[in-house]
Amino acid sequence: MNGLKSIVKHLEKGVMVIAAAAVSMFILTACSASGQSPVKDSSPEAETEGEKEADADKSADQLVVVGFSQLGAESDWRSAHSQSIRSELTPENGFQLLFEDGQQKQTNQIMAIRTFIQREVDAIALAPVTESGWDSVLSEAKEAGIPVILVDRRVDVSDENLFECWIGSDFELEGKKATQWLHQYTESIDYPQDQLHVVNIQGTIGSSAQIGRSKGLRQACDRYGWDLMQEVSGEFTQTKGREVMASLLRLYPDLNVVYCENDNEALGAIEAIETAGREPGLDLLGGQILILSFDGMNPEALQYAREGKIACIAECNPQHGKRLADVIRRIREGKQPEKYSYVEEEIFSGCDAIKTLTVDGKEYPVTLLQ
Amino acid sequence: MKSAKKFKLSNMSDTNLLLTITIVVFFLMYIGAMLFQGKGFLKAQTFFNILNANAALIITACGMSLVMITGGIDISVGGVAALVSMCCAVYLDYHGGNVFGAVLIALGIGLAFGIVQGLLVAYLDIQPFIVSLAGMFFARGMTTIVNTAPFNVANEAFIAVKETRVTVPGFGSYNKLGKYVPAYVEIGVIVALLVVILLFCMLRYMKVGRNFYAVGGNSQSALMLGINVRRTRFLSHLICSLLAGVGGFVYFMHVGSGSASHAMGMEMNAIASSIIGGTMLTGGVGNIIGTFFGVLSLSTIQNIVSSAGLDQAWWTGITIAAMLCIFLVVQSVVMARKKKALG
Repeated sequence: MNGLKSIVKHLEKGVMVIAAAAVSMFILTACSASGQSPVKDSSPEAETEGEKEADADKSADQLVVVGFSQLGAESDWRSAHSQSIRSELTPENGFQLLFEDGQQKQTNQIMAIRTFIQREVDAIALAPVTESGWDSVLSEAKEAGIPVILVDRRVDVSDENLFECWIGSDFELEGKKATQWLHQYTESIDYPQDQLHVVNIQGTIGSSAQIGRSKGLRQACDRYGWDLMQEVSGEFTQTKGREVMASLLRLYPDLNVVYCENDNEALGAIEAIETAGREPGLDLLGGQILILSFDGMNPEALQYAREGKIACIAECNPQHGKRLADVIRRIREGKQPEKYSYVEEEIFSGCDAIKTLTVDGKEYPVTLLQ
Repeated sequence: MKSAKKFKLSNMSDTNLLLTITIVVFFLMYIGAMLFQGKGFLKAQTFFNILNANAALIITACGMSLVMITGGIDISVGGVAALVSMCCAVYLDYHGGNVFGAVLIALGIGLAFGIVQGLLVAYLDIQPFIVSLAGMFFARGMTTIVNTAPFNVANEAFIAVKETRVTVPGFGSYNKLGKYVPAYVEIGVIVALLVVILLFCMLRYMKVGRNFYAVGGNSQSALMLGINVRRTRFLSHLICSLLAGVGGFVYFMHVGSGSASHAMGMEMNAIASSIIGGTMLTGGVGNIIGTFFGVLSLSTIQNIVSSAGLDQAWWTGITIAAMLCIFLVVQSVVMARKKKALG
């Protein structure tokens, strides 16, 4: 009996604590909810007054508030990308930046965007971790009248009007540049095109960079009759790149071209190739393995490109900050920005055999690394 | 004053004491966020967004607490949740299934994992950590086998369910366009609250619930009391995995896509939430309401850190580590004082 009594007593206490807490919470939120817009509830004149007040607030604090949800900090490229945006959207340039790191999780990014909406920012920039699953949160931003600008990666949504515009790299063009370099180089040393046995170490499956770069490679293989032996993901990391390369070397001893979808994978692949007793390099006739890579942000990879261990690197320019600031200013002026805008990108090589590339009728100079 | 406090301390059960600490800390933190962060946190919807984003975690953390109360652990829950999201996505999109079928798949996967892991832990006496570690690898591997690429679900019936918003009257606010936006929660939140209430009642009022505490507290004496220790352990793993299945489905409803990288690290968040909520890894002590507040605390701290402009990801991790540390120290100090008071 006693035991039962004490249980009931404890229970009462627990319930009391929770009830008290809940009540205080409700009072707080209710106060704030009603305190948010006491003016707007009433007559239309009061409403305009409220707007005037808001305008007055703005002139006192003229900074354009931008919420930026970055997907993570997984690579050198990503760090440079964050840095570019942070150094451009500064109070001196008229911006206040709210930076949120999604830590590679889509739920964190959804949460970040919802937080930005609640804070009523002027614009939201989003570098999405994956392409899928953004419909509902983007429509919430649209309902709230906040323009969303996508940077770097794209999203797969039912209605393209859910986002204002997109800024980033043309990944397919990067792929085309790298493969075109390979084509022109092999032509220049008279290496037969059908003797190119290519393996593709892909990026994180489903990311825009992976999709675009893989597409570029497949088109080139179809066009020039290269033998695409296998495509397998290295998840944009050095460790995974090494692992995947080691098993590819066992499976296909006659492979002679490795297409790595970023520099980190290329570094891993070089380790694996050297461990297996093969040589990375430009001398295809002498049995070396030719490596193509992307990004051009990693100093070690650039050094390898100088030495010829990496034949060529198609740059993926992380300097999105300036373009983003321009787009936001244009939106603030009421102008419609271009739906898709690409940043300028170069192509690096330590080999001076190829001076210019011709892709889709346009000429691109090759930057010689020294 | 001092004697009154001592009296109160010694009068409360361990579980209730830790629960009170958790709740008080959560409210202090939230009120602090309201005072210092302003704008965002003052809106009720920010609170509901925390619920929306964490409904799945609340559900899985409840299951985790249950296992931890019996003295075990289950680190496969994140993997199970990812597998559920991928299987449901594939079923709904490629096979044109209905939402009810998807729920059954989610429950089925949860049950299957629960039965296998429960049997291995309870009847073959294998360490729960090892069993669920294997479970985690298996679930993550299976997810990739089911489908490598992440993709969106376009099934209309599912999207209708996913987009359903339960409005909470009286908490709406005006956005800057001057439009009234009612406050809302997603269906997942309702499911999570139901799970919390059900588990709370089971642990408090049902015999089987009290068995969990007895087994976790001291399995030898539980055995002597005539409690079927093996069955209780089995049941705790079964419920935990089942809830991981439910949590996986709620996660799936939240993001609307299937991906092998979904729910990454969810098991660790579930463990952290349980600990913050006053569940002890040694077993025998814990409370579902505490776990609920543990999840909210974890998410609030993440929110505060990220909106305070400490934009580097490691700050969140370091803050959570500090918070876990503080909780553990507070817990052990309070328990020690109480023991002394009981002396």
